Amino acid sequence: MALDKDLLMLMLRRMWTIRHFEETVIDIYAKGEFGGAAHPYIGEEAVAVGACVAMQDTDYIAGNHRSHGHPLAKGGDPKGAMAELLGRVDGYCKGKGGSMHLADFSIGILGESGILGSSLPVATGAALASKIKGEDFISAVFFGDGASNQGACHESMNLASVWKLPIIFICENNQYAVTTSYRDTVAVEHVSDRASAYNMPGVLVDGQDVVAMYEAVSVAIERARAGEGPSLVEGLTYRYEEHSLGLGRIRRGEYRPEDEIETWRQRDPIVIHTNRLVEQGIATQEECDAVNAEVRGEIDEALEFARNSPFPEPEELFDDMFANAIPQP
Amino acid sequence: MPETVFVNAINEALQEEMQRDESVFIMGEDIKRSIYGATMGLLEEFGEKRVLDTPLSENAFFGAAVGASAVGMRPVVETLTSFMWVAMDQLVSQAAKMRYMFGGQVNLPVVYRATMYYGGGSAAHHSDRSYPMFMNMPGLKIVAPSNPADMKGLMKTAIRDDDVVIMFEDGTLFGNRGEVPANEDLPNGELLIPFGVANTLREGTDVTVVAIAGSVPHAVAAAEELEAEGISVEVIDPRTLVPLDKASILASVEKTGRLVIADPAHKVCSAASEIASIVAEEGFWSLQAPIAKVASEQVHIPYSPVLEKLVYPTKEKIVTAVRGTLA
Repeated sequence: MALDKDLLMLMLRRMWTIRHFEETVIDIYAKGEFGGAAHPYIGEEAVAVGACVAMQDTDYIAGNHRSHGHPLAKGGDPKGAMAELLGRVDGYCKGKGGSMHLADFSIGILGESGILGSSLPVATGAALASKIKGEDFISAVFFGDGASNQGACHESMNLASVWKLPIIFICENNQYAVTTSYRDTVAVEHVSDRASAYNMPGVLVDGQDVVAMYEAVSVAIERARAGEGPSLVEGLTYRYEEHSLGLGRIRRGEYRPEDEIETWRQRDPIVIHTNRLVEQGIATQEECDAVNAEVRGEIDEALEFARNSPFPEPEELFDDMFANAIPQP
Repeated sequence: MPETVFVNAINEALQEEMQRDESVFIMGEDIKRSIYGATMGLLEEFGEKRVLDTPLSENAFFGAAVGASAVGMRPVVETLTSFMWVAMDQLVSQAAKMRYMFGGQVNLPVVYRATMYYGGGSAAHHSDRSYPMFMNMPGLKIVAPSNPADMKGLMKTAIRDDDVVIMFEDGTLFGNRGEVPANEDLPNGELLIPFGVANTLREGTDVTVVAIAGSVPHAVAAAEELEAEGISVEVIDPRTLVPLDKASILASVEKTGRLVIADPAHKVCSAASEIASIVAEEGFWSLQAPIAKVASEQVHIPYSPVLEKLVYPTKEKIVTAVRGTLA
């Protein structure tokens, strides 16, 4: 597939956006600027970016606890995301959701879910709405190898297939559910092997290759828009960091060998994509470096914006519970 | 005024709202053939796109309703209370929490119609009266009608409401008849009952009985029996538990000084418990006797009819409780 330069550079930009965002998050978390959990997406950028740049703004995505990458991949503003992490009123969710619940409905982000597997039914419902309305938007949901074992995953895939819903199930197989290897919990060799049970295509993709992800998801989207039903796309990938910030007691190397981590770091999605752009003469190293530097500046601005955003006022505690408000009991 | 059977009132409400708004659709198990009677004729009138039989996958289709509502549809989901357990993640993690945790970005106009079949030998797995557990979860509106007119009017309001509503439909009432005004006799041409407005079924001066869902007919029967003894009982049906019309309850207790609460749910942390707590906190100085709860015994629903009938509130239990407050 010959892709135009703008699209390829957009992929690079969005991967750098996630990378810098996450590095900043790790830094400010260590400084105690926010608490709770936060799950870095570093190493997995190509999966969400390849998938999301294949979509329209009017398409919907839903995600999971490893939640910063998906909205940024879909073009979400890092300012709102960073402000949300810091619990400020200018956050996507006015500080009510935090790291695990980023959502920006204005660009089709149905929200991230801290309960794993829980967003699959929701995304399936958005696809159902598309079908009932006769519109052509599609829905996509990101979930991990761990969540692939949830009943909600099975139920959603079966439902989507029998109703031929326009949805793409995107498994980000980063190979570990916290510390447990998917090889100990998934009965088939690849999560995508399960697609045959739902009578839908299942493809295994190199999740470190943003173009490969883009191409696989594009095929699935075309199928979905044509009314032919769902697909399962598995991006095999790796998280460089630990499961969550704040889990200091889990030491590297305890459940995954150091050389495994190092091997995967050698297949960095940003490096792979940059090298391809340069080697194929699509962009110069300088152009790629410029994107990196520009994005670095944008993330610094986002942090500045977030730090300057006010915390919610106490009287906002009860806001947003209901659309048609009722008295507090 | 024409009489309508309770289950047909549900059907009328669904039909009218589906005619009125094409974003309303209904899904559930075996609803095309209307296994419980509430969806009769909907498939024929509205077609397969808006009347969907689902796989036995409550977690998926309860959640799909949330997702569909987030992007502009108004789903109605038919289920039984006892099947809600397998969909608890979607009800709690998504339906109840999504709007708040996303900072009010999205409205979720979903109605879950949860029928409570109990009292007929269905035993422990099929007899749940679970509304108090959902009252405990912020973000859900909880409705429990006790007669056909309320059922119709509240169902129509629920479908038009922009939030998640659980309609607890009391299966013991499904065959009951009651007057439901014809649309042409109503000033606005349709029956809409607002949430948070209790219905005073009988006025009285000695004791207030707040009764919920299937306990309401028992409370009315108890009041009739006690009237013959010269005891004047006021019967209040809150109709919606979230929001709860506590002002009407407190005003009644201020008048009578005595309160009995009849609730088919298990008595620990029941709707009755919450109402008792509100009156104890906010109406204490009106009380002339301890509050009495007549709720279901804290035991699973046994199969044998001899045992099952011991569990729920009855007219006799309510009569005894009322007398107790006057003793």
